[in-house]
Amino acid sequence: MAYSKKVVDKFENTLNNPKAFNVGRFDPSEENIGTGMVGAPACGDVMKLQIKCEPSGNTHVIKDVKFKTYGCGSAIASSSELVEMLIGKTLEEAKEIKNKEIVDALELPPIKIHCSVLAEDSIKQAIEDYESKQ
Amino acid sequence: MTINSTIYLDYASTTPVDPRVASKMMQFLTPDGEFGNPASRSHRYGWKADDAVEEARSHVANLVNCDPREIVWTSGATEADNLAVKGVARFYKSKGNHIITSKIEHKAVLDPCRQLEREGFEVTYLEPDDGGIIHPNQVKDAIKKNTILVSLMHINNELGTLNDLNAIGEITRNSGIFFHVDAAQSTGKVEIDLSVLPVDLMSFSAHKTYGPKGIGALFVRRKPRVRIEALIHGGGHERGMRSGTLAPHQIVGMGEAFRIAKEEMKEDHAKVTAFHTKFLKEAMKIDHAYINGDINNKVPNILNISFNFVEGESLIMGLKDIAVSSGSACTSASLEPSYVLRALGRKDELAHSSIRFSFGRFTNDNEVDNTLSILHNVVDRLRELSPLWEMHLDGIDLDTVKWDAH
Repeated sequence: MAYSKKVVDKFENTLNNPKAFNVGRFDPSEENIGTGMVGAPACGDVMKLQIKCEPSGNTHVIKDVKFKTYGCGSAIASSSELVEMLIGKTLEEAKEIKNKEIVDALELPPIKIHCSVLAEDSIKQAIEDYESKQ
Repeated sequence: MTINSTIYLDYASTTPVDPRVASKMMQFLTPDGEFGNPASRSHRYGWKADDAVEEARSHVANLVNCDPREIVWTSGATEADNLAVKGVARFYKSKGNHIITSKIEHKAVLDPCRQLEREGFEVTYLEPDDGGIIHPNQVKDAIKKNTILVSLMHINNELGTLNDLNAIGEITRNSGIFFHVDAAQSTGKVEIDLSVLPVDLMSFSAHKTYGPKGIGALFVRRKPRVRIEALIHGGGHERGMRSGTLAPHQIVGMGEAFRIAKEEMKEDHAKVTAFHTKFLKEAMKIDHAYINGDINNKVPNILNISFNFVEGESLIMGLKDIAVSSGSACTSASLEPSYVLRALGRKDELAHSSIRFSFGRFTNDNEVDNTLSILHNVVDRLRELSPLWEMHLDGIDLDTVKWDAH
């Protein structure tokens, strides 16, 4: 499988410098944290995404994000790419993020598009979890 | 980074051609070499090429202790497997239409079996035990009145596990059934003595044993005689079993590779055994590492390990300076993990996490040491990234989690 240089770089940078690329965890019981976890070990990928939000005007803004991903190189690169897109966005803006943006940014091969779908689902779940706490 | 700074631990996929083999092959190509067609009977170019082909045939026969007349050149083990399985089935179809094989055969046997099913044959796929072994009594129990062929591999390419050819062959011989063995991984690794082994057909490959790609052979026993229907017609080469002009440079390469294999088998074996011992000891210091395949019944040149909570393809990407193979789905076009590991009853996540390390003649201590240190480091880093590892450390049993599967 030939990955684009973008996938390889993203994967390697995330692996070699996890803190700088938002790898980690928040306490999921805190009120300002939303957690989403999608995928299954048997399928070969699991993404866990956590957003830390603050109220801002009549909406909420994503201030910080942490993630952990079990999966192939492009699953890890996709989560990492998504995390960068999220910081500073309002929840409404974050809901608008489509998997195609990740596909385009990383030039994912067709067989790996499910990785980007997983990433899109993880942010939707995290937002749902956050909103249910408010 | 040049490709040669990558440590090669994928000898079970293919081996480099031994330089001694390559230099011999060069003598059969150019105008100043022996470039003749072995089938040319009317001049010395043909005679010389034919002599070289027959000498190579003797080297191959010598390694496995059979008659050179029992060796048929093919384009590789895949063609040899096809010729054996389809060739026997089609020739003896009036005697019966049932074939026995296993779920962990190479695709070069499984796909011809699928084809035969489409032609009206019935195939039984035996399940290995959790160590990857097919037991002789399973073969015995699967035999029916209409069984004509059993096809099982000697050494499994993903696991390195060994089947008991003697015991299985006893059963097939007593039942009047042909026994084909894919021995692509065996040559130069373990002794094979076809003068006593009750095996009727055996497939060989040159490029797993330091010979060139594109050449292999099928052993077809003369006594008791086995007949096969050819797959390729045109010219009647190889006593009609495989037509097509012989490729002396390839054949000479295989012959030389097998000659060296016989001479150096002990040395090669001692070397990979030492690597295996060290690798096993160090790699198993990693938490939740599991060996795939029966450790007490395998060859030392192949070592297949699953690192739980880490996905195989990402591990391979992390091990970018090391050439290895993965049983992970993600390295292939299909989304299923290795069918071999699944047949062993390994959980899917462990099948996804498997890496096959295979050592060979040109592996050195430094490469093994460096690989081990990189492996420890990359597994640690990927686990830091893994939500499954985090849950495991939190004491959560992953089997009780309800996953949102896609």
